[in-house]
Amino acid sequence: MEVFLQQLINGITLGSIYGLIAIGYTMVFGIIGMVNFAHGDVFMVSAFIALIAFLLLTTWLGISSIALALFIVLIVAMVFTSLVNWAIERVAYRPLRGSFRLAPLISAIGMSIFLSNFVQVSQGPRNKSIPPMVQGDFTLLNRNNYAVTLSIKQLVIWGITAVLLAAFWYLVAKTNLGRAQRACEQDQKMAALVGVDVDRTISITFIIAAALAAVAGTMYLMYYGVVSFADGFVPGVKAFTAAVLGGIGSLPGAVVGGILIGLIETFWSAYFSIDYKDVAAFSVLAITLIFLPQGLFGRPDVEKV
Amino acid sequence: MAAKGERLDLLGPSADAARAGVIAFALFLPLVGFLTAVNGRNELYLTTRWPLLFSLVGAIVAVRFLWAFTVAGRLRQRRERPVAAPSSARTFARRWFVPFAVGFVIAYPVIVLLTAGTGGALKWIDNFGIQILIYVMLGWGLNIVVGLAGLLDLGYVAFYAVGAYSYALLAKNFGFTFWMLLPLAGILSSFWGILLGFPVLRLRGDYLAIVTLAFGEIIRLIIINWVDLTNGYAGITSIPRPSFFGLPFNAEDNGFDAFFGLEFSPLHRVIFLYYVILALAFVTAFVTVRLRRLPVGRAWEALREDEIACRSLGINTTNTKLTAFAMGAMFAGFAGSFFAARQGFISPESFTFLESATILSIVVLGGMGSQIGVAVAAIVMIGGTEITRELDFLKAIFGPTFDPTQYRMLLFGLGMVLIMIWRPRGLISTRAPSVFLKERKRISADLVKEGHG
Amino acid sequence: MADPEDIVLRVEHLTMRFGGLVAVDDVSFEARTGDITALIGPNGAGKTTVFNCITGFYRPSEGRLALKHGGGAIWDALETLTAGGSRGLARSDGALYLLERMPDYLVTQKARVARTFQNIRLFPGMTVLENLMVAQHNRLMVASGFTFLGIFGIPSFAAAERAAIDKAGYWLERVGLTARADDPAGDLPYGAQRRLEVARAMCTDPVLLCLDEPAAGLNAHESSELNELLLSIRKEHGTSILLIEHDMSVVMGISDRIVVLDYGVKIADGAPEQVRNDPKVIAAYLGVHDEEVESAEAEAGL
Repeated sequence: MEVFLQQLINGITLGSIYGLIAIGYTMVFGIIGMVNFAHGDVFMVSAFIALIAFLLLTTWLGISSIALALFIVLIVAMVFTSLVNWAIERVAYRPLRGSFRLAPLISAIGMSIFLSNFVQVSQGPRNKSIPPMVQGDFTLLNRNNYAVTLSIKQLVIWGITAVLLAAFWYLVAKTNLGRAQRACEQDQKMAALVGVDVDRTISITFIIAAALAAVAGTMYLMYYGVVSFADGFVPGVKAFTAAVLGGIGSLPGAVVGGILIGLIETFWSAYFSIDYKDVAAFSVLAITLIFLPQGLFGRPDVEKV
Repeated sequence: MAAKGERLDLLGPSADAARAGVIAFALFLPLVGFLTAVNGRNELYLTTRWPLLFSLVGAIVAVRFLWAFTVAGRLRQRRERPVAAPSSARTFARRWFVPFAVGFVIAYPVIVLLTAGTGGALKWIDNFGIQILIYVMLGWGLNIVVGLAGLLDLGYVAFYAVGAYSYALLAKNFGFTFWMLLPLAGILSSFWGILLGFPVLRLRGDYLAIVTLAFGEIIRLIIINWVDLTNGYAGITSIPRPSFFGLPFNAEDNGFDAFFGLEFSPLHRVIFLYYVILALAFVTAFVTVRLRRLPVGRAWEALREDEIACRSLGINTTNTKLTAFAMGAMFAGFAGSFFAARQGFISPESFTFLESATILSIVVLGGMGSQIGVAVAAIVMIGGTEITRELDFLKAIFGPTFDPTQYRMLLFGLGMVLIMIWRPRGLISTRAPSVFLKERKRISADLVKEGHG
Repeated sequence: MADPEDIVLRVEHLTMRFGGLVAVDDVSFEARTGDITALIGPNGAGKTTVFNCITGFYRPSEGRLALKHGGGAIWDALETLTAGGSRGLARSDGALYLLERMPDYLVTQKARVARTFQNIRLFPGMTVLENLMVAQHNRLMVASGFTFLGIFGIPSFAAAERAAIDKAGYWLERVGLTARADDPAGDLPYGAQRRLEVARAMCTDPVLLCLDEPAAGLNAHESSELNELLLSIRKEHGTSILLIEHDMSVVMGISDRIVVLDYGVKIADGAPEQVRNDPKVIAAYLGVHDEEVESAEAEAGL
């Protein structure tokens, strides 16, 4: 029981990170119908930017308040990652917008390869680790010699994720931008004809996706304390699995999917074997696509005869 | 260039370049401007690399300026000019390209021996010749699935792996020869193709792509974790090498060289392997070209154009898709077993998603399901990346610590993006019909569909 | 009571539900062999849904769709076939198929029902000739020994392919597209694309040809050419035709029988003259209740 609770806490934390990345996948797919293969690597880049910002603040500027440092790191990571994603969209995807389906896919894969190798070449191939940023935890239960703890950094992750989701939901449901996005999702040509600036809406979507990935990246850095250039692919696929599980195109679905994947991975590692935990994620992806392609919250895609 | 009579417009390009410079500066500031390094106490610290950052930004500004100044204007002109009819040069090229190319590849080892001598020849035949041909074959195999049938498969490497591992395990444990195992590996891969294809082929487009990606990774992870069977990360070593119809390629008295009275040289095995893969590639090409002209090939292309219309004509598209998958998998199986035999050693590292992505890029870069396109694309992409190993002369410019091979994958990724922007439908931009009444008129790319999976 | 000999398609109590929406509600009608039967009604009446059920693209929620090959005597086996679980039954004097039990491609392949689509579905990246060759896929597959023998180039396949090209040529001639045989289908003007779709459907040698708005977008001249084509198909090949149409010049010009749907329900069924004067039909098109037809007509000056 204690183990179960602990894994539950851990799983939700991991799942929140996946959920933040998953929103990026689902938003971009919703608006331009493309699976952004490079998104996982954008997440990885954001973790590195967060790392550099953190080092800058703590070792150079000597900021000792972790909360302040974390706050600034978050903002910095969001700003720079948004710029990166904006640039990627302009350079690699916008010229290919249209009826081509394979070309943007290859371009995205190429971008993914470029990003992970760019980080590898520019920062070196070794893992980068930092001493724990945030320490301390609360012991919730202590039975049978097993202490169920909820660490402060887990609380921080939960808190930031919840706040962002609320802000984000508001953005999409209530503002003009959200309306413009939904219009572009349904019919780009028509949206343009009624005066929606499609280019700008798409750019902003990429920026939001990147900002959320940057939050995930910063949280990831804070939680695990170590990043590597190879950290883009597997978390990226898991987050994509989450988006598919929740129903690609559905925002609450992405979050729910993320948490589910986080829980599946955590419980699998705890109760079965840590070796095959990645297989579990990929298998969930395959099974979802085969049996429930529209996911939990999505609408089935029916082709009109 | 600016039209005659106008003043040279420097302001526009300069503004563009300046803007690009600012954006580039902000983009590259974190990861290029700063370097995270580890000190003696294994702690991370930060250093700066301003010179590198400013040279990079400077280069981007310069390139952007030149681009705005020259190419943009010319691109605008090109779009406004009407499309010219195919010139006689083009039709000449088209008719003679294939015979010339075939002659070249057959004579390739000889050409290499004459130009690079026996020392350099090993590298050119093995790392370039054989390597490129393996990818050409893989490209032609995946071309059936993606180029002809329009099914997006992102996990093709799984069949390649099945071929390689079946060869390795069967050769080591049962002692079957290369020639016996080749068709067996093909059949096994084909079987996997059907098995994997069955549950997923009713998915469309991107969903099919993702699920095949998932399967590809699952197979790789199983190979890594099922250590008893596959030896996990360590891979399988000492895979029996192919022999020349019973004569092994070694320095012993029962060997190939002894038999033919030649002095022993590792070159002989390599040349033999080269001709084996060349023969396999020719068979793949021959079979694919024939298949395209047969009803099954036409059904594949019709499937790509409109699946519902196919079904309304009485075609069982599930079988059509499974056949495409199985054929593609079979060729990957052949390539895989050749790969295992040539290397003597295989490990899961050779069967990553990157491989699937590379093969897919070759097919997409080829364009229009064209055989020639795929072959040229393979030469460009694989040859291009192998060439970076030859760029040691750049050490003279950038200093002795500069390692060009580090940039290999970086340039590869960048290359993929640039090539797609330049030619989104691939190198070949027209499709040749499989049957004609009076003349074989090529169909332009705007009419040909890419497929919905 | 129609002569059983004459009937090629029996639609009985066809119902199609999508979730809570009933698109087709207990529709029954018969199409006679060699007849041109038109299915008309306002937009949204469920006509294409009926088509999709007949051609196997939808699985009906309820109902029986029976199709006959050969002589009318085979209809007596209908109940036996229904009671048993199979899709079809073949005898020396003909065959009977239950279309609601068959998937779309089998409806064409075995039951020999061909169709065209409301939004033309050609293979745009393939030539006109290739489109017609794809239609003859199944025959050619058998001739190629399911591909295996074909790879080695057996002569019987070459002969079968030549025969297929000849057949394609025949239909190209009939629809006036011989000159464009090697052009990509996507390049053809709209009217020619529609004719190509009909030719392609005919290349599958159908017993029943289902046309979904074949005259949509055609001008008066093209519509009358279409009428001639359909009449000659019926005359020379004995193909029964079922057609959905809004263009009354086509419907009244060539139909032997008209079935009218409105809101998923059949409201009329009979000869053209009879249907054209039926007040329920007029009401449906005018969008008024039956009782108000006279006053609406008066208002409209009819």
